Amino acid sequence: MTVHKGRGFACINYPIGMNLGGDPSQALVHATPDGKFMVTLSAIDLGQGMKSVTRQIAAEALGVPIADVYVDTADSDTGPHDMGSFASRGTHRMGNAVIRAATEARRAMLDAAADELEVNASDLETDGHGNIQVKGAPSRAITIEDTAIAAQFKQGRTLSGRGIFLIPPSEADPNTGEMSPVTCFAHAALVVDLEVDDETGEVTVIEINSAYEVGRALNEKLVEQQLIGGAWMGISHALYETTEPYYPDRSHAPGDFVEYLQPSPGDVATHNIAVLERPAEDAPYGGKGPGEMCANPVLPAVANAIYDAVGVRCDRLPITPEKILRGIQNNGGAQPKGAL
Amino acid sequence: MSSIEFRKDLFADERDDDLNEIGKPTIRQDIIGHVTGRTRFYDDYLFDGLLHMRCVRSPHHHARIRSVDFSAAERMPGVRRIIRPQDVPHNINTLLSLINFGRDDEQLLSTDKVSYMGEPILAIVAETERQARDAVHAVRVDWEELPHVLDVEEALIPDAPVVNPEYPNNTFDYHALYDHQKLRFGDVEAAIEKADFVVEGEYQMSPIEQAPVETCGAIAAPEQNGRFVCHTSTQALFFSLGTTAKQLDMPSSRLHFIGGTVGGGFGGKVDSHHEPLAVLGAVLTGSPVKYTWDRTEEMRVGAPRGAERWRLRDGVMRDGRIVAREFTGFFDSGAYTRLSSYAIIKGSGHLPGPYTIPNVASNVYCVYTNRTPATAMRGFGITGVDFAIECHMDKVAETVGMNPIELRILNAYRDGDMKAHRRLAKNTALIECCQVAAQKAGVPLSAEASAAKSSEGGGIGERADIPETITDDMGRIGDRRQREIPTEPFGGATNRGRVPAGTRGEAVVAAEVQDPEMQIDPTRIGHSVSQAAGTAAPVEPPRPVQPTPPPIPTPQPLTPPPAPVPAAPQPTRPQSAFADPTEASPAQSTPYRPDKPFQRGVKRPGVSSFISGTRRR
Repeated sequence: MTVHKGRGFACINYPIGMNLGGDPSQALVHATPDGKFMVTLSAIDLGQGMKSVTRQIAAEALGVPIADVYVDTADSDTGPHDMGSFASRGTHRMGNAVIRAATEARRAMLDAAADELEVNASDLETDGHGNIQVKGAPSRAITIEDTAIAAQFKQGRTLSGRGIFLIPPSEADPNTGEMSPVTCFAHAALVVDLEVDDETGEVTVIEINSAYEVGRALNEKLVEQQLIGGAWMGISHALYETTEPYYPDRSHAPGDFVEYLQPSPGDVATHNIAVLERPAEDAPYGGKGPGEMCANPVLPAVANAIYDAVGVRCDRLPITPEKILRGIQNNGGAQPKGAL
Repeated sequence: MSSIEFRKDLFADERDDDLNEIGKPTIRQDIIGHVTGRTRFYDDYLFDGLLHMRCVRSPHHHARIRSVDFSAAERMPGVRRIIRPQDVPHNINTLLSLINFGRDDEQLLSTDKVSYMGEPILAIVAETERQARDAVHAVRVDWEELPHVLDVEEALIPDAPVVNPEYPNNTFDYHALYDHQKLRFGDVEAAIEKADFVVEGEYQMSPIEQAPVETCGAIAAPEQNGRFVCHTSTQALFFSLGTTAKQLDMPSSRLHFIGGTVGGGFGGKVDSHHEPLAVLGAVLTGSPVKYTWDRTEEMRVGAPRGAERWRLRDGVMRDGRIVAREFTGFFDSGAYTRLSSYAIIKGSGHLPGPYTIPNVASNVYCVYTNRTPATAMRGFGITGVDFAIECHMDKVAETVGMNPIELRILNAYRDGDMKAHRRLAKNTALIECCQVAAQKAGVPLSAEASAAKSSEGGGIGERADIPETITDDMGRIGDRRQREIPTEPFGGATNRGRVPAGTRGEAVVAAEVQDPEMQIDPTRIGHSVSQAAGTAAPVEPPRPVQPTPPPIPTPQPLTPPPAPVPAAPQPTRPQSAFADPTEASPAQSTPYRPDKPFQRGVKRPGVSSFISGTRRR
């Protein structure tokens, strides 16, 4: 028995948002009486952090501290329409809608403050700590709380905003497939190091070294959790998961987590990540959704690493020990390649 | 231990890193509730007198329903209502009818026949889940088993059983014309003919369960004033609301949907089957009704990521340039359409992967088989073909004897390159990802591969040209029912059409803000707009264009070297071959377009264009 080391590479890009557009998102922002802001959506937080990322975007666009912003989602009676959380569209589409809504609310906020300070609104800026001040003269300032109270109880103004973002729908050509699929793409590349036991066919992923280009990491921790979790899913897809182990035969279908194979937390490989940020022109603060694309490069990289280790091309997923052992047998033994 | 670093040094000039809240590792708004078990998910909304719904399902892949006898079930303790297909006001739908794509092809509860194992035909509402389960077992169905088909390519054979009556050819109808989605760019057949190597492969993506911790479900209850509230695990609140309004033939204003906090989705919570049934149960009983899947249903009845089969054929030059790539793809949609038809167009727009290849063709089929319908999952339409493309890239690298990472960088798309769907690439970063990943793993790259940049060298000369494209009209809807037709691009074609070189349309961009007050101040967007077109690499003073001297002859092995590519640069290392961006770009603002094609020496087959061009002399 020998344990063979293998190294595999793959790189990918990923389209952000619904293909061919036609998927609007809307957002509403309003101030409470004392100058806190409520963002109202019907987007879905599946654990990816929709609420958190829209909260940061709203705080940035409004120019107020994050503690003063709260996101409410999803209630169809109060949250305006959103297409849904899929197709890596949440951050891109909803983020832009939130920016627009927050921008309109910010304009109203600065107008109200301008009246109180008796200056032109274009001369005002927010300090990010809850104050609105005259540019270049920070001592002439008013708190956002006082601005909101004045606007609503003295001036009779609402500090609120509406936002919608839409890539208008288009078609694909039937004969050439010409189309405008999406407006931006995320990117990734990674190297997988693993070991293959040529007696048992078992694969142990040792380490992943990766680079993910996400436009802008809107929240460093949320990006990290997506990339770590996504790589785990990639390994799981490559080596373990299927609802039909003998596809297209439907026999032996798993019915629970005992029969449905997935790696355990102890199988999470060491993963050294580099995050690259090349902002996309039409994305909120340049951010592209990292959630979907991050699992994709792992599958082929694992397959390529197994070939590198023992010379068996596994073109049918999942790559089970059985497939590896049969491949080794057909080749008359393991044939390490060492290509990388 | 894992690690993460943020490479702020890359693309730094395109970014403002001095923002207040963006980029911060701010803790989630809802995390305390999640980790202390206080967050309310749909299943936490408990109502007095909550009823439970279970479905009677098909035990067969394909069967006609001769008769259903639920008289015993009806009399069982706790059973409040048996919901039959005729109780569903509008019992036919397809998910994407909400965006006018495809025809209604799936019933909420099926009437005449079932086309997959697990297909629901009755729903039973009882006071407890146990009672509902027992009642389901007491229903007697007289089934007439029908021949079934489970393999995508067998389903395309003329006499294959018809899976889905709305699409009797076992394929989704594209554009009311073809039984597949076509992509045609350039002339793949001619390019493969001239290539030094042809590399072929077939790849199979398996069906996979989304496996959220929280299974799909919904709880519906009557509200005041004729309205119904529905707490749901949906990933798309208004999709589910719209589908419910349609299937229940009810104004959407009578529906109040609440969700937004979901225990994992991964694409499996878009299908909107629970909401219509739960609301219908509440309408028919006047009581709150919960319809949720148990884990086995989630795995066997819940739509998985569909299986995909891909065949690739590349034409490759000795220097590693891929000059043609052809795809034949089969998406296993299962018995009904759901979202597979959409994913195929998305996947077609993604081809040939993140590479600039001048000749690309693909045929992709949405095939109906007698299995659980497929639906979205993380990476929908892309994950399967990316597996195929990236495994194939390694086969190409081995064939030409190149470092696999350098092969990718050589062929990588760059800003301003023309993509196969006839739009310009912009904001690309594949090359930098390859370089950084290689660096982190300690894989040395050649000087040229290390120096390559996404923003330089693309969209110049031939790289920006749209070639004349050859088309065909094979695979018209229904033709495959009459005779076997090869499935690959141009398979069986006798007639060819031509699309003139240069044909392309404009990219679709976001709709303008409706009110200028919503337009964010340009100084606050946090980034500079990256150029749509590629910029020329910095060049030495412009040189006069001269006739190309004879290329330096470089001996090339006729067959790929048998030995693995050495990790460190060595003299025996296969030549890298990078189109030299400076070659064709004297300093000028618009991309250079040659009056006539490049001289022969630049693209002589088998010789690196990097060293055979006029760059060095």
